[in-house]
Amino acid sequence: MNLDELYQEVILDHYKRPRGAGLREPYEGESHQVNPTCGDEITLRVHVDGDKIADVSYENVGCSISKASASVLYELVNGSTVDDALARLAEFTELMNSKGQGEGDEETLEDAVAFAGVSKYPMRVKCALLGWMAFKDALVRAEATSGRTDA
Amino acid sequence: MEAVTKLDVEAVRADFPILKRMIGDRPVAYLDSAATSQKPVQVVEAMRRFTEHSNANISRSVHTLGAEATEAYEGARARVAAFIGAPSADEVVFTKNSTEAINLLAYAFQNAALDPHADPRLRLAPGDEIVVTEMEHHANLIPWQQLARRTGAVLKWIGITDHGRLDLESVPEVITERTKLVSFTHVANLLGTVNPTSQITARAREVGALVGLDASQSVPHIPVNVAELGVDFIAFTGHKMLGPTGIGVLWAKADLLDAMPPFLTGGSMIKTVTMEQTTFAEAPAKFEAGTPPIAEAVGLAAAVDYLDSLGMENVRAHEKELAGYMLERLETVDGLTVIGPRVPIGRSATVSFTLEGVHPHDVGQVLDAEAVAVRVGHHCAKPTCDRFGVNATTRASAYVYNTHEEIDRLVEALGRVRKVFS
Repeated sequence: MNLDELYQEVILDHYKRPRGAGLREPYEGESHQVNPTCGDEITLRVHVDGDKIADVSYENVGCSISKASASVLYELVNGSTVDDALARLAEFTELMNSKGQGEGDEETLEDAVAFAGVSKYPMRVKCALLGWMAFKDALVRAEATSGRTDA
Repeated sequence: MEAVTKLDVEAVRADFPILKRMIGDRPVAYLDSAATSQKPVQVVEAMRRFTEHSNANISRSVHTLGAEATEAYEGARARVAAFIGAPSADEVVFTKNSTEAINLLAYAFQNAALDPHADPRLRLAPGDEIVVTEMEHHANLIPWQQLARRTGAVLKWIGITDHGRLDLESVPEVITERTKLVSFTHVANLLGTVNPTSQITARAREVGALVGLDASQSVPHIPVNVAELGVDFIAFTGHKMLGPTGIGVLWAKADLLDAMPPFLTGGSMIKTVTMEQTTFAEAPAKFEAGTPPIAEAVGLAAAVDYLDSLGMENVRAHEKELAGYMLERLETVDGLTVIGPRVPIGRSATVSFTLEGVHPHDVGQVLDAEAVAVRVGHHCAKPTCDRFGVNATTRASAYVYNTHEEIDRLVEALGRVRKVFS
């Protein structure tokens, strides 16, 4: 197998220099997700302001793929609208489930397209999705708190 | 001094076609036998021959095939009994795996707790104690933890020292007059520690507790004789000892099996049945409800024959040699920390380690790219991971077919891991 395809520079860069890491206040929704096969964990918070994701903050332990994925998630959704964030979530999930067939749209997914290679490795797809599952869950919780129901 | 090993590894390897399997442009270096071992052609062939020639259900048909199948299945039981030094084949119960074997026992206790006429050794009352260790595989922890929760019994455990050994000094305090059962791992699946058993079994006897072993990682690798060990039960599994998946073993003393209520009920485990009630067959049939894994039993017997032909003392010597070499070579890798005993004394050829700054998942991925197969994760031993303050480890485990060269490949590949993540 081609390791470079999996461990792209961009992934290793996000792994070594994670963006937006650390838990911050304020937040309306928080989610804790665990990957039971490897014990990786993430706690992720979402701060929603109106229709905007005003902050995504997180603390995690895990492999390069799961940590880089959380960092890329931060870059993509922080400051975007809730609707755009949900669109990115759907797009990234689809890319991860593409079994190596998808390429991802660089216009919308930006650095996240580097994860296209991960979709060939079923054992690692869960790593890449861990942070995104936490984001989805935290957003649901945030919206439950603020009364918005259309997410 | 060079250890003398009588194992002809090249001849052994020739019996395992999978070792020729190419991953990329190299043959796989399979260092994951603690998870599951590979199977020699003799095992595969015995199962194929049985299936093509004698397949039938056991103990119910009078036809020729039925008789042959019954003979093969019961012959496998006798073969396994002899391999572990059991006084009688009737003390060997076939299960699905070690996990089921331990659950069979745990549910015997739970069922006994509901029956005022049950054997007092099995009757747990609130405040009674069940003792395990901190280095258990989840299979020998969760069944007891849940049993304790349901019966009001207290789960206690013997801790682990910084060197990865059992804290035997605590044994007299942990095992008390309230202790009714002690179940501990013979060889730890994450740490590779081979536990000395005599002190714990002696203390259990002193307080009148039943005592047994999770022998999943010992029966495949070292000579195990249940009479010499002086325990009441052991559990192990076929697929870690060159046999097939789908078959495991609970060995227990005849008088204990007699006293135990069945776990699963249904076909093949009865004496008489009416619409109102049932009387049960004697052990082992009492614990083997439903059609058992017949071809798998045949395969397990072939695996036992294979191990006996190598000689378990030779297997032990070979692995001791590999354990020493693996520890010595791994110590040369920058940033590598062995989790578990660092000397090849009282330990198996299963070595867990961490690599500074690199998650085990990433280690395993790069090793796979070098066709080196290891296990990464918590190895179903979360409390052991917690004890050593790690989330996960990389674990290399050797068996009869592994070579020094494969360990060299592991060490080289770890060099590549360091490069990718530097």
